[in-house]
Amino acid sequence: MTLLIGAPEIGYALTVVALALALWGGAAAVTAARAGRPALLASAERAAVGVWALITGCMLVLVHAFLTFDFSIRYVAANTNRGTPFYYRITALWGALEGSIILWAWLLGLYTLIVVIRYRRRQPELYPWVLTVLLAILAFFLLVMTVPAPPFERLSPVPPDGRGLNPLLEDSGMITHPVALYLGFTGFTVPFAFAMAALALGRTGEEWITITRRWTIIAWYFLSLGLLIGGWWSYHVLGWGGYWAWDPVENAAFMPWLTGTAFLHSVMIQERRRMLKLWNLTLIILTFGLTLFGTFLTRSGIIGSVHAFTQGSIGVFFLTFLALVLLTAFSLLAWRLDRLKGQGELDSIVSRESVFLLNNVFLVAASFAVFFGTIFPLLYEAVWQEKVSVGGPYFNAINIPLFLGLLFLMGVGPLIAWRRASIESLRRNFLKPVLAGVVAAALLRMIGVGNALVLLAAGLVVFVAGTMVLDFWRAARARRRTGDGWRAATIGLLLRQNRRYGGFVVHLGILVVALGVAGSQAWSLQTEATLAKGEAIELGGYRVRFDGLDASEESNHAKVTGTFSVTHGARPVDVLQPAKKFYPQEQTPIAYVDYRLGFLEDVYLVLGDFARDGSHATIKVQVNRMVSWLWLGGLVLTLGTVLAVLPDRRRPA
Amino acid sequence: MKRRAKFLVGGAVILAALVYLVYAGVSQSVVYFVTPAELLAAPAPGKTYRLGGMVQPGSLVWEPRTLDLRFTLSDGKATVPVRHKGTPPDLFAEGRGAVVEGGWSGDGYFKATTILAKHSEEYKAPHDPSQAGYKELLKTLRAPQEPR
Repeated sequence: MTLLIGAPEIGYALTVVALALALWGGAAAVTAARAGRPALLASAERAAVGVWALITGCMLVLVHAFLTFDFSIRYVAANTNRGTPFYYRITALWGALEGSIILWAWLLGLYTLIVVIRYRRRQPELYPWVLTVLLAILAFFLLVMTVPAPPFERLSPVPPDGRGLNPLLEDSGMITHPVALYLGFTGFTVPFAFAMAALALGRTGEEWITITRRWTIIAWYFLSLGLLIGGWWSYHVLGWGGYWAWDPVENAAFMPWLTGTAFLHSVMIQERRRMLKLWNLTLIILTFGLTLFGTFLTRSGIIGSVHAFTQGSIGVFFLTFLALVLLTAFSLLAWRLDRLKGQGELDSIVSRESVFLLNNVFLVAASFAVFFGTIFPLLYEAVWQEKVSVGGPYFNAINIPLFLGLLFLMGVGPLIAWRRASIESLRRNFLKPVLAGVVAAALLRMIGVGNALVLLAAGLVVFVAGTMVLDFWRAARARRRTGDGWRAATIGLLLRQNRRYGGFVVHLGILVVALGVAGSQAWSLQTEATLAKGEAIELGGYRVRFDGLDASEESNHAKVTGTFSVTHGARPVDVLQPAKKFYPQEQTPIAYVDYRLGFLEDVYLVLGDFARDGSHATIKVQVNRMVSWLWLGGLVLTLGTVLAVLPDRRRPA
Repeated sequence: MKRRAKFLVGGAVILAALVYLVYAGVSQSVVYFVTPAELLAAPAPGKTYRLGGMVQPGSLVWEPRTLDLRFTLSDGKATVPVRHKGTPPDLFAEGRGAVVEGGWSGDGYFKATTILAKHSEEYKAPHDPSQAGYKELLKTLRAPQEPR
């Protein structure tokens, strides 16, 4: 046997060196933090930079292997073949477990680098501890890359061609979805690291929260975006016409989003009223823990998911690390308990503090309910030795009331007074919006909307939007009195109070998403039929006519395409071409959905079975209403986040 | 102290509501996972099941016109006839595993409302009989290639 030095060995070597460096850096940073030795801290910094450079090297080696079809790496052979198009050969990098761990580690390394650049001078006390925590977490991910999920495992003998990427991942959504999601997951690591640093130093004031405010917002935004893009991918790739199925994989990403959202809100109370110190620390620990738990849940194979991933020993690693993280974090918390008593007190139930608190209770309750529903099958089997599952109905039954409650609080929270709200101020702030909501619901009822949930959701959305409009209008009017025109007043207000109004715009985005969810759940239609050539089917005012079948051969698959002309009354709408794709590496064909996106409704076609002579085809037709609002809401969310993280104009940083 | 009591009461009410929601939600939507043998041992009409097994080769009957799908699920010990309305999903085929959700009809068959076919990132054997014919399929369809 000859000694082989190729891409797999280079990649593996880079990983091992990065692991060693991360361990050294973590040890040096913690020593420097305790004993204050600047030379060691400088060494830890260099280690952090080195770790990031080495992980970048790993990624480059893997990208190069994908681009050059280097099938001596098992991961490359498993996730690409000679027919895989160019850009999917790059995104195949995170197409499966091993590569997505690299992506995770790389993003975490990048964040660590930013922390080094940004805080080494500004936060000399907290910074060594933050670096310790970040490097320790990086070391864990590098350990995963070394032992249970090595991306550079050599494949011998080298096959002439690879298996190819999972066809469902050959989609633009898969380019962005994992990156956004992991930016969110890793983003919460930074506030977590600062929280741990604050505990280690006993500086349990507002400092760590103020420093990490932008980090939290950005992490939250990317996690939201990741969830939305995931929904978009599910909607236009999986061919069942939905965007959310309460699958364990989805729940795994949704739980940290819920606790992260709670954290985002509760820190404001601590900033303002110095309350809830213990609660905020607990929330960030839980949020970070849930990002790890999600990976454990989906990768360990303990939960059967419709899109279950590869299984392996990786679950044990994540569970052990999760246990260590929680144990360490909560021990620190217990050790500093005496310094975590809030200085403020809740004065009244009718106050902003208590609304925020209630918001937190609802969000954490939702998170717990999702957690419970996700692991319920495990608990049940352990106790009664019977396999069960709880599906969509459970999650809907519990989340719908909680989210309607949250919508209501979203209207009340930003306007109600701190400490204690007077009856007069309540009337002044909320009477008109409440009336607007009631009128809106009544109008909808009059035009024939019968669904109680939709009426309630729409009424609440109008109420919340009303409070925001009212508040903004009053502030703009006040500015106008100082001599600005309407336009100058509006823009000036948005930029000057960007934190507050950025938050408003984010809320607006959530409202748009909420309307999309309510509308699509209540009003979407679907039917299925087998049509002979020239025959048509009608649904929701649309007429879908089957015009024939085509076959074609693409670079890595064959495709059978149906042509359907869609008309609405006498007006031609579109010609849609849903298809079935046949990949040689897959046992069964993959549906390729075609749809026409609309502001109010999408026409969505999925080709089912067909006759080989092209004489007839089975087609599933859906008219999905207001689904586009989810994607629109994502855009609004983006605008709001940008506004919220702009530098604060009121006091120069 | 009085305020504290109020908050405790409020918290208890919220907690109780949550526990109730979880309990009611679970008891209404719990679905039992069974194999064909387990189902046939005690079939209860009206209960929601997820029935998992292998689609028996030769048992699949598909009527495109009426959208009637019939097949038999087997676990090696027992077989259950299944009926479904609608196109079989992509990952569904004879000789492969499938999970169907639905209930026991009482008339000797399982009425499936949903078919959940399992898929994974892992790659299976490259040439399956159901796929072998796709080249020939291309020929029979031989329509002109229209760029989209």
